[in-house]
Amino acid sequence: MTPAMSDAERLLDVDDLRVSFRTEEGVVHAVDGVSFHVDRGEVLAIVGESGSGKTVTGMSLMGLNRSPNATFRGRATLKGRELLSASDAELRRVRGGEIAMIFQDPMTALNPVQRIGDQIVEQIRAHEPLSKAQALDRSVELMERVGVPRAAERLRSYPHEFSGGMRQRVMIAMALSCSPELLIADEPTTALDVTIQAQILRELDQLRRETQAGVILVTHDLGVVAEIADRIAVMYGGRIVEQGTLDELFYDPQHPYTWGLLGSITRVDRDRPGRLPAIAGLPPSLLAPPSGCHFRPRCPHEFDKCVQRPELEVRDPAQPDHCDRCWLAVEDKRRLRVVDGEIGLAAKQGKVVA
Amino acid sequence: MARFVVRRLLSMVLVLFAISILTFLIFQAIPNGDPAVRMAGRLATPEQIAQIRQSWGFDDPIWQQYLTTMGKIFSGDVVSYTQQLNVLDQIKQALPATLSLSIGAGIIWLFFGVLFGLISAIKAGRFTDRALTVLALVGVSTPVFLLGAVALYFLAFKLTIFPNGGYVPLTDDPVDWLYHLILPWCVLSVLFIGVYSRVLRSNVLDTMSEDYVRTARAKGISERRVMVRHVLRNSMIPIISLWSLDFAAVIGGGAILTESVFNLQGVGQYAADSIQQLDVPPVLVVVMLGAFAVVILSALTDVIFAFLDPRIRLTG
Ligand SMILES: Nc1ncnc2c1ncn2[C@@H]1O[C@H](COP(=O)(O)OP(=O)(O)O)[C@@H](O)[C@H]1O
Ligand code: SF4
Ligand SMILES: [Mg+2]
Repeated sequence: MTPAMSDAERLLDVDDLRVSFRTEEGVVHAVDGVSFHVDRGEVLAIVGESGSGKTVTGMSLMGLNRSPNATFRGRATLKGRELLSASDAELRRVRGGEIAMIFQDPMTALNPVQRIGDQIVEQIRAHEPLSKAQALDRSVELMERVGVPRAAERLRSYPHEFSGGMRQRVMIAMALSCSPELLIADEPTTALDVTIQAQILRELDQLRRETQAGVILVTHDLGVVAEIADRIAVMYGGRIVEQGTLDELFYDPQHPYTWGLLGSITRVDRDRPGRLPAIAGLPPSLLAPPSGCHFRPRCPHEFDKCVQRPELEVRDPAQPDHCDRCWLAVEDKRRLRVVDGEIGLAAKQGKVVA
Repeated sequence: MARFVVRRLLSMVLVLFAISILTFLIFQAIPNGDPAVRMAGRLATPEQIAQIRQSWGFDDPIWQQYLTTMGKIFSGDVVSYTQQLNVLDQIKQALPATLSLSIGAGIIWLFFGVLFGLISAIKAGRFTDRALTVLALVGVSTPVFLLGAVALYFLAFKLTIFPNGGYVPLTDDPVDWLYHLILPWCVLSVLFIGVYSRVLRSNVLDTMSEDYVRTARAKGISERRVMVRHVLRNSMIPIISLWSLDFAAVIGGGAILTESVFNLQGVGQYAADSIQQLDVPPVLVVVMLGAFAVVILSALTDVIFAFLDPRIRLTG
């Protein structure tokens, strides 16, 4: 699907990942055959609406959602080592050491009754044989690096004494404290206001340049993606429906869902009368997903072939890194998306829901 | 902090004042409550009764009687009507039994409440959890006097494993002290163990799904450390507050039944006996001391709470 990379570059390989949860209502197929890879120093953005399986994908790589009700299939390897079947001891080394995660809501992600310093120190000492004093020194450096003023003093504070933006910086400092090779940032700026969002993203971008860590940036904000992503994977209903470089996705989107998403971001280059178009309809049920293409119930271009499951494949030989899950012919896609672009993604029964 | 102390002290004075008046008035309202008649005995002449009434001041207006009694309480020479012994001395004698019972039981119910609650939470939904749930339910719904009587009957009377009630001071014989207290401790603790294990179980389950526990797990620390440092630490905060309030309530009168069933001769039993004889001064003193203990310990609870949870500030 993608050309072979030298082993030194390739960090993470995920192949046909499937995650399902047994619940009282039935089996939730949260992730349904996801494949992607991340190289060193690269930012892969995973975008998609809420409930499309982005967080489950990220947490599965660290075994954070293991439970008796969860089933994991497929393969996920970090530098060739399998993650999904890793033992608890291996997982402990991976968590925080090789893979670190920044969570969506910084307001609840820190322990309210533990000092900030102690929380960072705990992370450092889980992986390195440092004394508490040494770990504290390291924490000060980290906090300064992510832009927390008066770092030494603030280590003694509790989370509630920090603003949301500062807490997210603490989370980033903590995530970076053991120099992980892969950083999973799960909607790191969603809960923050716009000016802080931009700062945090710039810092993430700078950090991956400095540390050469691979980054998975989960978001539903394409504006964020445009800033720092190298490649993009678009998720819909537990599947990746399109994947490619930033330019390929932004300027030559191949899946109706992707161009619908792109239509819903503010375009400064074009005047748009009225409301931003959104994609009509609801995300698919993960309990009983539609057969064939998951986007079928909402797709204005559905045709007879769509009852078969489209694979994530390269469809234009000229773009060997660009693949998607849509049965339409490439030239039809290019024609249809222009029409859709003029009017917003056309809704199925002629209804446009904003 | 100063504000907190002042407000708490003020409210304490108010509470003690209100509760003493209330207690005093209740005894005035009880029929057949005339202390002079009871003190004079069955064969007394009206003259004798009148004389007692006069010398004890029972003819005075109620507010004056109240003031006199309170004056005696605070000067330390308040005397009971029936035995005419100094009330404070009696309480001093009874206090070690009450403290031994409450403190011991408090430690036991905290320990086992937390232990069973934690096991229940970790094994949630499985057999152990269900068995503990049933046990907790039984424990919570069994009255202390019934449990105490059954325990005494089988373990002390039938099997003679334990002594048949009574209290031995710690300073006389520590082993015998322990031996006499084991049953009362357990009987008093059962209800609390039931309640605490349920509260802790649900706290732990709630806390386990908190985001910061996921963060802790993502650090690569051991599962045990996640449970102790993050889950248990946070789940214990409400338990500790609950504990100090319940402990205050037990000291302030909650141990009466247990003391009486096991004949521990504690403060609670003294109060119970005095109520039976409509003997106002001891009841008044015990009630006020109980209220005092509750107010002080609940202020202390707030201090502990603020210490355990940095988000809480001490206000009045
Ligand atoms: N532990 C779980 N048990 C049951 N369902 C789950 C569990 N975790 C996630 N899900 C479900 O999986 C789906 C995908 O969730 P998620 O990955 O959080 O979406 P996203 O991050 O893209 O918004 C959701 O429908 C969610 O309800
Ligand atoms: S496969 Fe069919 S239903 Fe799915 S996106 Fe393409 S055209 Fe629409
Ligand atoms: Mg999510």
